[in-house]
Amino acid sequence: MKILVPVKRVVDYNVKVRVKPDQSDVDLANVKMSMNPFCEIAVEEAIRLKEKGLAEEIITVSIGPAQAQETLRTALAMGADRGILVQTDQTTEPLAVAKILAKVVEAEGPSLVILGKQAIDDDANQTGQMLAALLGWPQATFASEVKLDGEALEVTREIDGGLQTLAMSLPAIVTTDLRLNEPRYASLPNIMKAKKKPIDTKTPDDFGEDITPRLQVLKVSEPAKREAGIKVENVTQLVDKLKNEAGVL
Amino acid sequence: MSVLVIAEHDNAHLNDATRAAVTAAKALGGDIHILVAGHNAGAVAQGAAQIDGVAKVLHADSEALDKRLAEAMEGVVLSLAEGYDALLTPASTSGKNFMPRIAAKLDVMQISDIIAVEAPDTFVRPVYAGNALQTVKSSDAKKVITVRPTTFEKAGDQGACAIETVDAGTPAAASRFVGEELSKSDRPELASAKIVVSGGRGVGSAENFAIIESLADTIGAAVGASRAAVDAGYVPNDYQVGQTGKVVAPDLYIAIGISGAIQHLAGMKDSKVIVAINKDEEAPIFSVADYGLVADLFTAVPEFEAALKG
Ligand SMILES: Cc1cc2nc3c(=O)[nH]c(=O)nc-3n(C[C@H](O)[C@H](O)[C@H](O)COP(=O)(O)OP(=O)(O)OC[C@H]3O[C@@H](n4cnc5c(N)ncnc54)[C@H](O)[C@@H]3O)c2cc1C
Ligand SMILES: Nc1ncnc2c1ncn2[C@@H]1O[C@H](COP(=O)(O)O)[C@@H](O)[C@H]1O
Repeated sequence: MKILVPVKRVVDYNVKVRVKPDQSDVDLANVKMSMNPFCEIAVEEAIRLKEKGLAEEIITVSIGPAQAQETLRTALAMGADRGILVQTDQTTEPLAVAKILAKVVEAEGPSLVILGKQAIDDDANQTGQMLAALLGWPQATFASEVKLDGEALEVTREIDGGLQTLAMSLPAIVTTDLRLNEPRYASLPNIMKAKKKPIDTKTPDDFGEDITPRLQVLKVSEPAKREAGIKVENVTQLVDKLKNEAGVL
Repeated sequence: MSVLVIAEHDNAHLNDATRAAVTAAKALGGDIHILVAGHNAGAVAQGAAQIDGVAKVLHADSEALDKRLAEAMEGVVLSLAEGYDALLTPASTSGKNFMPRIAAKLDVMQISDIIAVEAPDTFVRPVYAGNALQTVKSSDAKKVITVRPTTFEKAGDQGACAIETVDAGTPAAASRFVGEELSKSDRPELASAKIVVSGGRGVGSAENFAIIESLADTIGAAVGASRAAVDAGYVPNDYQVGQTGKVVAPDLYIAIGISGAIQHLAGMKDSKVIVAINKDEEAPIFSVADYGLVADLFTAVPEFEAALKG
């Protein structure tokens, strides 16, 4: 069984991004970029399934600029077997990504695709669900536990009210939530080994997909700043302020 | 212009987030219909028919729709989509789960988590953990949208409109509900509570969380948490407030033993009044707090609760 893991190169989660003065976009010049944290969790889960002998091969794919190669190398250093870079400098919207991924699935024939639940740049939370719909596959989003027994998949999901467990047969789509696992760090020898693992480079055209964005970004603005508050000296003062100044208690 | 709002409910109660989605729908203009897809959810359909501004309720009932699994929701919504210019649903875990399937099948790029409607094709949505707001214009003929419930007023009630029964459609693929473990609590619902008391890693353990819960009960608040508190097992996952958890905007948010990482701020910085209790005066949470108290939570929180009781 093959597992496909799409990984996205995004601004590092520790960076507080700033809006450009001309409001055209956020300023990503000289900002640290990393693998989207939910994708790291996806790669880790695939590796664990392989280590349990439940999968033979892990293919990782990224759609993005040439530098997305580094993101693929990170996945390979963690333990993925080979990579596919679909190179483009165009903004990649979830619908376009899902369409390309559907073609990759057709070509590679994985039984399971594990994606992050959300990319922390666009905060879209769509790609996995869209891919599932395009393929006509069942989905288990926001996974906190994945159990695989042959073709039978059982997934526990984080939902608004607590946890929900679903069962489905492969092929299927899983998207990861924070509690699914703790991703490993790649060891130095594995980073060296990853340099020799193959990465196949393609373009969206190779898949016959037009990835022109459907959403035109008219403006990127900064959210309203909160006015600076005060420090209170003690609990008595806090209670007084809440009751008599803010009127919220 | 006609808009379909897909209701959020648990077959027994209509979730208030639906009312926020109706308000967003009103901003788009045109006729508003609500789809109640569920199993034995007649009471929900009747509740939805009362919402101000709604012209018609469509009620789909089938066993397959009992848990509103994504594959079944895709079936029923797609069978109705042709008649509408826009489809909206709250950005809950349920809406986030099924809505992109519908968008993909309609060949539409979904607009996630909108916080404002600028024009029928132009919307504002937060990106990068709310550090930037993007105004986007959609070129798709149909709009598929999830709505952030905290930023839209909840539509009120009117005289009831008609309820029409519609076909439940066929699930797009097979998935089966096995079970659920839902947090039970008599407290207000986190996403819509007027007051929220949240604890972080500083609280130190699941046992210590009783301090937070006790304060919450004294002031009728919901209980929330940071990711660190959830990861450490102090509280269940559905308590998490933040970029990748729940977004809340209560009248009063009290953050206790929470440092204020951008991912946490993304979920609470639109609260009306923010209080932070933290022993580190440099903690970033103080930069968004209206009232900050630099103190050890283990003495300050019980003292705070006693003062409010007294
Ligand atoms: C992909 C991704 C998604 C994330 N999503 C979320 C999210 O949705 N929500 C979220 O909250 N986080 C999220 N995070 C995590 C976030 O980055 C922070 O790690 C997390 O919010 C920290 O939680 P904390 O403030 O409780 O812990 P810490 O940062 O460890 O802070 C603990 C605080 O408690 C204080 N403290 C300790 N003891 C006491 C005491 N006795 N009295 C008073 N104060 C005390 C300390 O001074 C400190 O400020 C996400 C991270 C990633 C990578
Ligand atoms: N450009 C991309 N390349 C590869 N995978 C992607 C890309 N965009 C999104 N994904 C996958 O889809 C998930 C959810 O992204 P999103 O729907 O944008 O929030 C990510 O965690 C990735 O697994």
